[in-house]
Amino acid sequence: MIDRRGFFKLAGGAGLASLVGACGWDGGNAVRPLLLDVSRLNDWVGEKILFSPHRLAPQYDVALRTPRMPMYFISPELPMLQDPSTWRLQVAGLVKRPQAFSLGELQAMPRTTYTVKHHCVEGWSAIETWHGVPVSVIAERCELLPSARYVRFDSFDSGYSNGWDLASAMHPQTILAYGMNDNPLPAAHGAPLRLYSPTKLGYKLTKYLVSLTFTAERPGGYWEDQGYPWFAGV
Amino acid sequence: MTGPAAPPAATPNTRPLVKRHHWIVRLTHWLTFAVLVGMITSGLQIYTAYARFGERGGPYYQPNPFQDHGFPEWSRLGHWLAGALNWHFALAWLLVGGGLLYVSYLAASGEWRSLLFRPRDVRGAIEMQKYYLRLRTDHPPQGKHNPLQKLAYSFIVLLGALSVLTGFAIYKPTQLSWLVALCGGFQAARYWHFWAVWIFTAFLVVHVVLVFVVDPASLRAMISGWYRGRFPSHD
Repeated sequence: MIDRRGFFKLAGGAGLASLVGACGWDGGNAVRPLLLDVSRLNDWVGEKILFSPHRLAPQYDVALRTPRMPMYFISPELPMLQDPSTWRLQVAGLVKRPQAFSLGELQAMPRTTYTVKHHCVEGWSAIETWHGVPVSVIAERCELLPSARYVRFDSFDSGYSNGWDLASAMHPQTILAYGMNDNPLPAAHGAPLRLYSPTKLGYKLTKYLVSLTFTAERPGGYWEDQGYPWFAGV
Repeated sequence: MTGPAAPPAATPNTRPLVKRHHWIVRLTHWLTFAVLVGMITSGLQIYTAYARFGERGGPYYQPNPFQDHGFPEWSRLGHWLAGALNWHFALAWLLVGGGLLYVSYLAASGEWRSLLFRPRDVRGAIEMQKYYLRLRTDHPPQGKHNPLQKLAYSFIVLLGALSVLTGFAIYKPTQLSWLVALCGGFQAARYWHFWAVWIFTAFLVVHVVLVFVVDPASLRAMISGWYRGRFPSHD
């Protein structure tokens, strides 16, 4: 957390930045840790004050869909399953009944469909339709334990993963999506299953899912560990 | 025209040294300057990640002379997108904190009266503009600030508030969807947030030029609080 000394270091950093010009400076070893501390404070404000577990993201008419939503993954090539029929979603961690679900089993569960705006941390946005099963349904089937506070989402995209706070994961619009724009989820957008929510920036929406792990400790994530905001709620 | 006396014709060393700016005004003035430089430079780094305004595939908001253009490295703070975001969201606390402290001080002290541009200042602003355009030769009488200054200083506080509001709309577009709607949409909010940069920059240039051309003593006043210049320090 930021204290008085931290405040003056930050103010000093701002003053220094204005003197030396910016020069692509990231703050160096003196200021960078402080910036990350403030980022944790901002995570807290984003989660506890600005985020509402019940407020729903606005929905749009399907006519407003954005053609050609950009695709992205971190593997050198498009991640694809050798044999999609053997794929299972593993649910583990702080649940009474750890389980594995096939795609068919997930598709048989209650389905949520919405047309919402996607917000990328880079500044672009795109409207698309997504359908899938709410994460809260999975938590209920597996009998979530009260000690669970976070969820870790893992993928088969070169170890890409994300950590989420439980409240955001249980939001009614947070789904495990197997469909996009009325069609099966394309490989370019995370087939067979991806996390989706209009309450988070795109980099929190794990594609190519293999497992959900409920935890008591805050899990990191691929971009989060490199300095991107952890909460990343929009 | 009646009103306060015209600027005294006395020579500089016979003018009295008067207290012109409270320490809160001086602190928040320089804090805001430093923080704005950091906000703008980190903002230019953030802009580089998606250098246009509009949904994917267009249409894109115009005019934008910087569409698909980056900015030189010396003008960018944060090294990369994550670093720039962390600078931007940390400095935002200081910008908002300083702004609230300044406005609270003005409200509590009553100093807002010498700064807020009101309808009755319109006539004086026209006279002042005439003077700058050399349509009248004598400097119109004024209090602590002339009506054009009041207009500029009121406007810049308003611009600060608009920057913060559009910034929040971009930061939490789903939670604050009502604010996004007021801005005309998420991409529109980004567009106006970016325009604020150039208005701040233009203000800064004009502000500094006028300080040195019209009233250099005001620079010392903004540092030490004490003023020995050609204008009154109180209305």
